[in-house]
Amino acid sequence: MTPWAPWPDVAWLVAVAAMTAYMLLGGADFGGGVWDLFATGQDAASQRRAIARAMGPVWEANHVWLIFLLILLFTGFPLAFHRLVIGLYLPLNLVLLGIILRGAAFVFRAHGRRGVGQQSTWGRIFGAASSLTVVLLGAALAAVSSGGDFMVAWRSYLSPFAILTGLFALAAAAYLAATYLTFEAQGSLRETFRRRALLAAEAAGLAALLDLGLMSFEAPRLFIRLVAPDILGLVLLVALLGVGSYVSLRHRHDGLGRFLAASALSVMLWSWAAAQWPYIIYPGFTVYGSAAPALALRQVLTLVPFGLLLLVPSLWLLLHVFKGRLPIDAEAGRRPNPAR
Amino acid sequence: MDNLLAARIQMGFTLGFHMLFAAFGVGFPLLMLVAEGVALRGGPAHYLTLAKTWGKANALLFAVGAVSGTALAFELGLLWPGFMLFSGSTIGAGFATEAFAFFLEAIFIGLYLYGWNRLTRLGHWLAGLPIVIGGIASAALVVSVDAWMQHPVGAATLLRAPAAAAPFAMLFGNPHWLVMALHATIACFAATGFTLETVYAYGMLRGRRDEVHRAGLKIAMVLATGAAILMPLTGDMSGKAVAAFQPTKLAAMESQFRTETAAPLRIGGLPDPKARTVRYALEIPGGLSWLAYGRSSAKVQGLDQVATVDWPDVPVTHVSFQLMVGAGTLMVLIALYYWWNMRHRGRGLTRSLLRTLVAGGPLAFLALETGWVVTEVGRQPWVVYGVQRTADAVTPVHDLLGYLTLYALLYLLLGTTVLWLLRRVERDAPALEEAA
Repeated sequence: MTPWAPWPDVAWLVAVAAMTAYMLLGGADFGGGVWDLFATGQDAASQRRAIARAMGPVWEANHVWLIFLLILLFTGFPLAFHRLVIGLYLPLNLVLLGIILRGAAFVFRAHGRRGVGQQSTWGRIFGAASSLTVVLLGAALAAVSSGGDFMVAWRSYLSPFAILTGLFALAAAAYLAATYLTFEAQGSLRETFRRRALLAAEAAGLAALLDLGLMSFEAPRLFIRLVAPDILGLVLLVALLGVGSYVSLRHRHDGLGRFLAASALSVMLWSWAAAQWPYIIYPGFTVYGSAAPALALRQVLTLVPFGLLLLVPSLWLLLHVFKGRLPIDAEAGRRPNPAR
Repeated sequence: MDNLLAARIQMGFTLGFHMLFAAFGVGFPLLMLVAEGVALRGGPAHYLTLAKTWGKANALLFAVGAVSGTALAFELGLLWPGFMLFSGSTIGAGFATEAFAFFLEAIFIGLYLYGWNRLTRLGHWLAGLPIVIGGIASAALVVSVDAWMQHPVGAATLLRAPAAAAPFAMLFGNPHWLVMALHATIACFAATGFTLETVYAYGMLRGRRDEVHRAGLKIAMVLATGAAILMPLTGDMSGKAVAAFQPTKLAAMESQFRTETAAPLRIGGLPDPKARTVRYALEIPGGLSWLAYGRSSAKVQGLDQVATVDWPDVPVTHVSFQLMVGAGTLMVLIALYYWWNMRHRGRGLTRSLLRTLVAGGPLAFLALETGWVVTEVGRQPWVVYGVQRTADAVTPVHDLLGYLTLYALLYLLLGTTVLWLLRRVERDAPALEEAA
């Protein structure tokens, strides 16, 4: 009765798509926290306000992609999910605490007396929690790829490879955020964010190279798959796109730089997914081995196109209204007010 | 403290905390939209002031609700991996539909709250509609998961032939779902309406009898009254559903220790599970039989039908139920008092009325939280009623107490800060002359 389709593959594809969306949208919000924390110079207050203006209308929506990913994992791959939530109990709890703190701190600061510009306690919490959370998310991804023993889980997410992957994720998020902000900001602020973007790009590139080196020792299977002929092309494409975005930003092609940066990180995530295939958690849990029954998968996945029919136009509207170039920081000195 | 108790406490207070914000997420947008709609159609300017003030408060509440909701998505897995392994592929359909509704809400809340200067006046008002719809839909849809845990339709299939388990039919074909969804959603409107009337009544008692306060109180009371009157009706439906699907829970709610015909309705009282008696209760003969089955002579199954280990905590379930019904009744009376006073010339917003109205918000939240306690504590010792025990669902990870402490401190900090900031929003709300 059930029309045949490779439902586990479809579910995994949708999960990787949700991961991509979360990385590009939610990741940039984490990166915004990083730059808020490290806002320096005479225009530090303007930097913070620009970050808050860019994130304000969209961060809650961006955040829903993570919830989608969680739902997809426990609906589509209950066995792998079960292993994840037990094996990664500590880092996932820290991720959760970080997400709660940064979201709450972001909105508390906006409503607080001192406002967004000046550094404040809630502001520091927002920045620090954003930075730590993104490191932990990167480390968790490394842990499921490296074949570490999940029963002594701290070894898998506290390995040098996992920590370096976390730091790469931090640099990548900072890079995305600064690239988006370079496009959205105006005047001298744009040049500030451009310098930040270039710095983060250099850090991310360096971390990626070192990470590949460590990977060959600590996650050999992932490394061998990444350099295998069927995937190597994607890896080279990542390098090409990354360098392309760096050069574009240098030469003030901000729109192109933004597009190439997002593409580079997307293709990087996809090459991870291709190299990790058929595993969700290496070595114990494959996509097919941990999938829910076909009927349950089909029912939930049938929802996706209908949901997207509703979401895509709405998201377009949201980004269309708020994601043009921002006006010059005319509100300097004034407290931004979400209801104004 | 053992793992199970620590996990239950953590799940309990994080969910109880989230529910406060979720309730506002359902009710607040409607009020915002009504106020803005009045202003849009040429009504007085202070309605726009109201809409903007409420929008500001809602921005804060929605954000905290979004993060505390994320916490629940994580905790379901982190604390209850056994439950998710068994039922994840089923309840995922409920969470996925809810997530789409919530996503829609999150997108349009961004447009609404930040779009005052970027959208046309009508466009801005229209951007509020998906927030209202998304809020109601996400509440109703997520309740499908809870309803399934209470009355797990198709659980036998899930146990014996999981390949044949069809999530949509199991969740949304569940007769318990609509009843629960209705009761829970209307409770959210009641909580929002009564909380706001409390805020404005309190402000008026302190001398702020301006147009904004009057208009705010009026809109809030319309919503509060409608919801308060519907609550007993949907509550009665819920009670009958519990009688049909969860007789042990009904027995705990009413401390019905013995199976008997013409069971009395016990109002108040303190049950003693060891002695199997209830002290200090007012008994209405045949009342429970009549409420549960429509006949005052009907037989009501008592707790004696199940082993003591399968009992929920009877005192907690019973007392919570009494508090919920009591608070709900008082809410109806408060609403009636308000309208009676307003209709009689020379009375209006007297100090004694305002003082009574101040009690409305706390009562509404007491009813919301105790109603939820009845539902979930009354379900114990099962996580999936009659199918999976809560003790079999909890994580094998050790030292949950440390995490519990950490979350408790964090939530305490969040709760205090929200209250403090909301006070500022209310205090800083522009007076009429500024808004004009």
